[in-house]
Amino acid sequence: MDIRISVEKQLGGFSLQADVAMTGERIGIFGPSGSGKSTLVGLLAGLQQPDRGEISVDGDCLYSSSKAINVLPEQRRIAIVFQQHCLFPHLDVKANLLYGYRRCRPEHRSIDFESLVEVLNLKDLLRRGISNLSGGEKQRVALGRALLSNPRLLLMDEPLSALDDTLRFQIIPYLKRVSEQLRIPYLFISHSLVETRLMADQVVVVSGGAIVAQTTSEQLARSRMDLSPVGYINLLKLTRRRRANDLYAYRWGAGELLISAGSEQHEALFELSSKDIILCKKHPEVISARNLLQCTVTSTFNSGNKVGVELASGEGRLVAEVVNQAADELDIGVGSQLYAAIKASAFRRRG
Amino acid sequence: MLALTSTDYDAIRLSIKVAAAAMAVSLPFGVAFAYLLTFGDFKGKVLLEVVVNLPLTLPPVVIGYLLLLLLGKNGWLGSLLDAAGIRLIFTWKAAVIASACVGFPLLVRSIRIGMESIDMQLIQASRTLGATWHDTLVTVILPLSLHGIIAGMSLMFARSLGEFGATIIVAGNIPGVTQTIPLAIYDYASSPTSEDLALSLCAVSIAISVVVLFSHEVFDKKLARRR
Repeated sequence: MDIRISVEKQLGGFSLQADVAMTGERIGIFGPSGSGKSTLVGLLAGLQQPDRGEISVDGDCLYSSSKAINVLPEQRRIAIVFQQHCLFPHLDVKANLLYGYRRCRPEHRSIDFESLVEVLNLKDLLRRGISNLSGGEKQRVALGRALLSNPRLLLMDEPLSALDDTLRFQIIPYLKRVSEQLRIPYLFISHSLVETRLMADQVVVVSGGAIVAQTTSEQLARSRMDLSPVGYINLLKLTRRRRANDLYAYRWGAGELLISAGSEQHEALFELSSKDIILCKKHPEVISARNLLQCTVTSTFNSGNKVGVELASGEGRLVAEVVNQAADELDIGVGSQLYAAIKASAFRRRG
Repeated sequence: MLALTSTDYDAIRLSIKVAAAAMAVSLPFGVAFAYLLTFGDFKGKVLLEVVVNLPLTLPPVVIGYLLLLLLGKNGWLGSLLDAAGIRLIFTWKAAVIASACVGFPLLVRSIRIGMESIDMQLIQASRTLGATWHDTLVTVILPLSLHGIIAGMSLMFARSLGEFGATIIVAGNIPGVTQTIPLAIYDYASSPTSEDLALSLCAVSIAISVVVLFSHEVFDKKLARRR
């Protein structure tokens, strides 16, 4: 998917100026509230019109002020999953799902109803009214409805913001699974760095109505380590190994991680802040932290007055942070051997 | 006991016929104007709003008189209709037009309230899912403003039942032809011996209004429960 946007738009006191070319199947648009992300979505979908400029998707011009082109929203084949589910309250789940499908040209119908219902696990909901669905179910139906319109591009505009933490991390696997299986390119718009990292490879950073950076989601997280109060968040998808008294042991790298917030599920996603990892040069004799991992430094990076340290143990990777002074004292460099101490309670389970 | 003569029955039948016809004739226009005023973005919108609401503030007699000038034999539209062999003035059709004009702002206002309560993102969602604007109007906007449309229709019907000033000027007060309930009551009120007859028609008038308002409430509750 190749998206080119070069537009200007004035909205009251706010002005958006964007000139960007995005290539990829999983693109993130990241920025704080009010930075212009949703305006960008509206312009791309044709719900708003730029003051001037050009928009094209895969070489097809959707808007051009100089050539007087403005393709109508219903002809753009760009579907949106909104922050609020925006399901039609007068229609049941099935009729909502089929709304776009019925209006899609037969030659574009690559996603069929049955397989989508299967992937999104919607079979039991089909006859229900919208008011009888939970928040997470509503958002799943909204996603299904957008996908069944067989769009060439899906815009997910903060689709998880209206959900609580537990639901959010329940929906993410659906979003990922669907996009991988159905191969629909998407733009994932979010103000959450963790969500952006889970959903996107390439990221466009928007701030104050302008595009301020274009990077990978991993690079973005590293560059913001210093600014964020929680540092760099390690996202660990772990497989359960065994129960260790009142802790849970998960496979990681060459060894295992002991975690107090584990669960009985086979796989789980955990967050671990770079601030919660203590680095030691030598093996401490006794330590209260339940995890003491022997790691090799594979790279370091600077973020403000801190140094990010990428640690490896087998296939496992972790990013820790230390202040410049500590980095000097520990003599950290690529190839250094270090011990990483992590408390079992430092891991936060995210689904 | 109700004391009703055969002309009273004619008046009741005519009142209901005129109110139903006024409601049916003005509904498509009411929807169109409410849509334009809610979603339209054009020059002169304020002017249109004023014109649509004008009958609400004008005395009905003024509306009747203007209609008479427009539709009368020598009127701008009346002469055209006359050439085509259509006569409206002093027929029940003129009563329909008078009622429709007087009740129109109420109809538009109710439908507009219904349309304004629709979340704009639902309309946007429908467009991005491939629906053209008229498809969106039929499949999203109209069903979601149904309570406003029903309220508007009931108001229009009720207002038409009570219409007097404009009707008497353009349709006259011909028993069995253009005499509706209010006009019949007016006739009885000016005769000292017809108090019972006037009261009977008043009772019928109240009964019809209660039925209309009651049906509206029931329908609205049903609609609310469906959501």
